[in-house]
Amino acid sequence: MTIGGWILLVVSLSFVWGLAGWCYWKILTVPEHPKHDADGGGSSG
Amino acid sequence: MTVKKEQWGSRLGVILAVSGSAVGLGNFLRFPGQAAANGGGAFLIPYFCALIFLGIPICWAEWAMGRYGGQKGFHSAPAIIGVIGKGRIARYLGVTGILIPLAVSFYYTFIAAWCLGYFWAYVTGTVGIDPSMAVVDQTAAAGQFYNDFTGTAGNGIMFGAGSIPTIVFWVITFAVNVYLILRGISKGIERFVSFAMPLMAVCAFIVLIRVLTLGTPDPALPDQNVMNGLAYMWNPDFAALFNPQTWLAAAGQIFFSISVGFGIIINYASYMRREDDVALSGLTAAATNEFFEVGFGGLITLTASFVFLGLSGTIAAVGTGTFGLGFQTLPVVFAQMGALGPIIGATWFFMLFLAAVTSSISMYQPAVAFLQEALGVERRKGTLLMVAICLVGSFMVIYFTEGGVFWSTIDFWVGTFLILIMAMIEIICFSWIFGVDLGWEEIHRGAQIQIPKVFRFIMKYVSPVYLLVVLVAFCITNLPSSLAAIGQQPMAQLALALIGVVMVVLILCVRVGEKRWEAMGMDLDGRDLHPDWAPASGVEGEAGE
Repeated sequence: MTIGGWILLVVSLSFVWGLAGWCYWKILTVPEHPKHDADGGGSSG
Repeated sequence: MTVKKEQWGSRLGVILAVSGSAVGLGNFLRFPGQAAANGGGAFLIPYFCALIFLGIPICWAEWAMGRYGGQKGFHSAPAIIGVIGKGRIARYLGVTGILIPLAVSFYYTFIAAWCLGYFWAYVTGTVGIDPSMAVVDQTAAAGQFYNDFTGTAGNGIMFGAGSIPTIVFWVITFAVNVYLILRGISKGIERFVSFAMPLMAVCAFIVLIRVLTLGTPDPALPDQNVMNGLAYMWNPDFAALFNPQTWLAAAGQIFFSISVGFGIIINYASYMRREDDVALSGLTAAATNEFFEVGFGGLITLTASFVFLGLSGTIAAVGTGTFGLGFQTLPVVFAQMGALGPIIGATWFFMLFLAAVTSSISMYQPAVAFLQEALGVERRKGTLLMVAICLVGSFMVIYFTEGGVFWSTIDFWVGTFLILIMAMIEIICFSWIFGVDLGWEEIHRGAQIQIPKVFRFIMKYVSPVYLLVVLVAFCITNLPSSLAAIGQQPMAQLALALIGVVMVVLILCVRVGEKRWEAMGMDLDGRDLHPDWAPASGVEGEAGE
């Protein structure tokens, strides 16, 4: 594989894996807003 | 009647549902083929440009529009686009957001049934590809299995005695979808995607590990190794960047892949609470799709093909398109993997089946929500109406299988062309009629990330212009030949007639819904910019409650 191929492979995978990892880290570590009945009928969960 | 508003049970639930809708066969089969045919690794440059300037901004707009419309008591694209676009014209244009997922489901569930059938064939050892034969004979055997299973040889084949297994797999697949839809947003769709998405990732990871550890399976063919397989997919041809077709293909791939312009995200987001985050959730769903597409699709499919079939075999496989690659070439590849081949094959097609079902349920749900709120019926009746429409459409798809012309016509005009139209409607309504300032405020209500302000400019100017260029280029490139094909192919005319009839039915339903919403005093033209109310009455509720 050429150097250009390696660069594109590593940069692309780093971008998508890094972005997904960062997003899920934020999702799982930042608490959700509390569920309010006044917010629209209560939760179904 | 006890009125209970449907909502997602958790933030992760809606993210996985939208991600499941986006991750489908295109991630694993279409993306690598498009990349290889359009500059290899260089394809990723216009691909990520389209993601940043088109996919993610429109994705955020859809999430925000859906949640906003949901606060006004609406859950369907016509009603919500009517609110955002402030009037009847937008509302009727919004019918596109129901027509697209509904019409695509006619053939998509059939293809999902192929995945289930192939999975079963690997489990029971009935694929019928003998690895001791010459590769060309194995390819012929795989092609014969595909033709027999999908009925591409002629119309009506699927209703013959020899095709009973395919029909059984379709019935199972359709029944699973209907059951999940009947169960509702939280108890059906959310519960299913909560285990299907992680399981899909595990399956993809197993196949990826096997592919990356193939090494050089045949010492007599030292060039056919994993590294050269990766090189085929990733080595850049920067000259392709000067070809407009490359940029068009990249934008098209983003649209097919990320589920924008379908009307699905609008529906799913409408079940969120007012203060629920959409900025991080939308980005996470898009990132999940990219994780599967680039991270798995970009490493598995063509690498495996190259290792066993070599350069010429892989080029030929790419030339057969998404379904040729997935259902004819890969079975030959799995046959070369020895004792592990059937296991890897079963894992692969089970993963594709999960990917297809998480997408197909998202195609049925918008139609059910629309029929519920337009006709004032409960979920069970809305589902039955949707099933009735889908049985007619699916029957025609399954009967008229010759050459795949019937469903390919729906795929082109609805699953490709109308998606671009719908995305254009959405971004204009959101950024120009609703207003990008209000839209920006709406996206950031309850947001857990601050989106860079440059995206405000992108959403107002760059995305609409980018999309217009893509749309015009698409029309110039494809419409003359596609229109000519309609005149020559009765099956294509029949498919368009079906689409026309479904569209008329949906428009009539919008008319009925308009009168109903007006009578209920709902803000169907979006005059109240800051909704802080839910409808006093409605017909919503989950089955079993």
